[in-house]
Amino acid sequence: MTIKQKRLALILGGVLLLSAATALVLFALRDNLAFFYTPSQIVSKEAPVNRTFRIGGMVEAGSVKRTGIEVAFRVTDTAQIVPVTYTGILPDLFKEGKGVVAQGTLGADGVFRAKEVLAKHDENYMPPEAQAAVDKANQARERTQKTLK
Amino acid sequence: MARTEQQSNERSKARSNRASNPSPSIPLPEGEGSVEPTFTSVNVGNARAERFSGRWFWRFASPAAFYPLAGTIEKLCWFVAIALTIIGLYIGFFRAPTDATQGEVYRVIYIHVPAAWMAMVIYLAMAFWSALGLAFGTRLSFMMSHALAPTGAMMAAISLWTGALWGRPTWGTYWVWDARLTSTLILFFLYIGYIALAAAFDDKKKGDRASALIALVGAVNVPIIYFSVQWWNTLHQGASVRPGGSSMASTMLTAMMVMTFAFWAYCVAVAMHRVRTQIIERERDAKWLAGVKQ
Repeated sequence: MTIKQKRLALILGGVLLLSAATALVLFALRDNLAFFYTPSQIVSKEAPVNRTFRIGGMVEAGSVKRTGIEVAFRVTDTAQIVPVTYTGILPDLFKEGKGVVAQGTLGADGVFRAKEVLAKHDENYMPPEAQAAVDKANQARERTQKTLK
Repeated sequence: MARTEQQSNERSKARSNRASNPSPSIPLPEGEGSVEPTFTSVNVGNARAERFSGRWFWRFASPAAFYPLAGTIEKLCWFVAIALTIIGLYIGFFRAPTDATQGEVYRVIYIHVPAAWMAMVIYLAMAFWSALGLAFGTRLSFMMSHALAPTGAMMAAISLWTGALWGRPTWGTYWVWDARLTSTLILFFLYIGYIALAAAFDDKKKGDRASALIALVGAVNVPIIYFSVQWWNTLHQGASVRPGGSSMASTMLTAMMVMTFAFWAYCVAVAMHRVRTQIIERERDAKWLAGVKQ
């Protein structure tokens, strides 16, 4: 090997080792790097007790109840459901059936008391007409499933 | 006539150089103001053979050979960048539909997404040139890396800034410490650190090598940024455009891709301009520069 090839091998080897080290660190820290806990994790007691953390998931359809500026809704990851209460103004994109991330603490009664609620946007970008078409198709499918039952 | 004579002279000189230096492991001349580009032996008759042996590429490792080429690329890219920006913004603002959930605010993606992509791509390019420079001692590689850094830093700053402006109306906050946002902020700091370290040495060669290390070490961060939305729960949404598909309306996607190519062209144009000024600055004592106009 010439000096140049040796240097190149050294550099590539170094980057490779560094990547491996980073991968190991990130793997070890994987739980701490999560921005939020899912309802399933909370129900299986993986979330910290008596400490502020975030819950993330979908706002269950039909679960939002407003009394003044007090809001109660349920967050689901389709497997488990956690009830959430919040006092304050919700972001514009907060909607039933859409993503949400809330920060707060979990009470002994299993209700999550949120101090802050953020809307989580999904990666779909579509015009209103397309959205209407998708909604219509979903409704039709639900109707069919009900009839078949 | 005089030209061919000069060329054949150079060729014979290169041959004699090689004869007296039979070991190929001698690094390329690194000295300030060294005039002789090592691989200038362009034999018109053997152009095809040279292309396939890869020699045509190494020829442009010489600043003297690259300087005019960079000028041509710069002009071409400016033209492409301006044309595509006009087309992209027109489609994005006047042809693309409103988003069903976000309303008009989503149109920030025509700036935000290309800027974020460029910030990542430019960092990888910097790492590539730095590795090349460290391994082969080619002067031009470090100049390329330095020329890319300010543009990359700017792209990272734009993506963070536009992201914050978009985050407030959609998420309800300017900033959160999730994996995507934090790793992008780290990318921005890496750029700043690279630029600062390269400028901190009086001896340019030391600055080259030290900053090249930052470029190489920091490159590990780029895949982390890209995959952060898959590996961890983040507030930032997942990728709308993936290899093999997208989850966007086609007009929106068209506008975004046109803007992406516009950003590419802009970044290349600016980098070429900067590398030319770098060449002039670093090779100011070289004889060939006296013959270059402007």
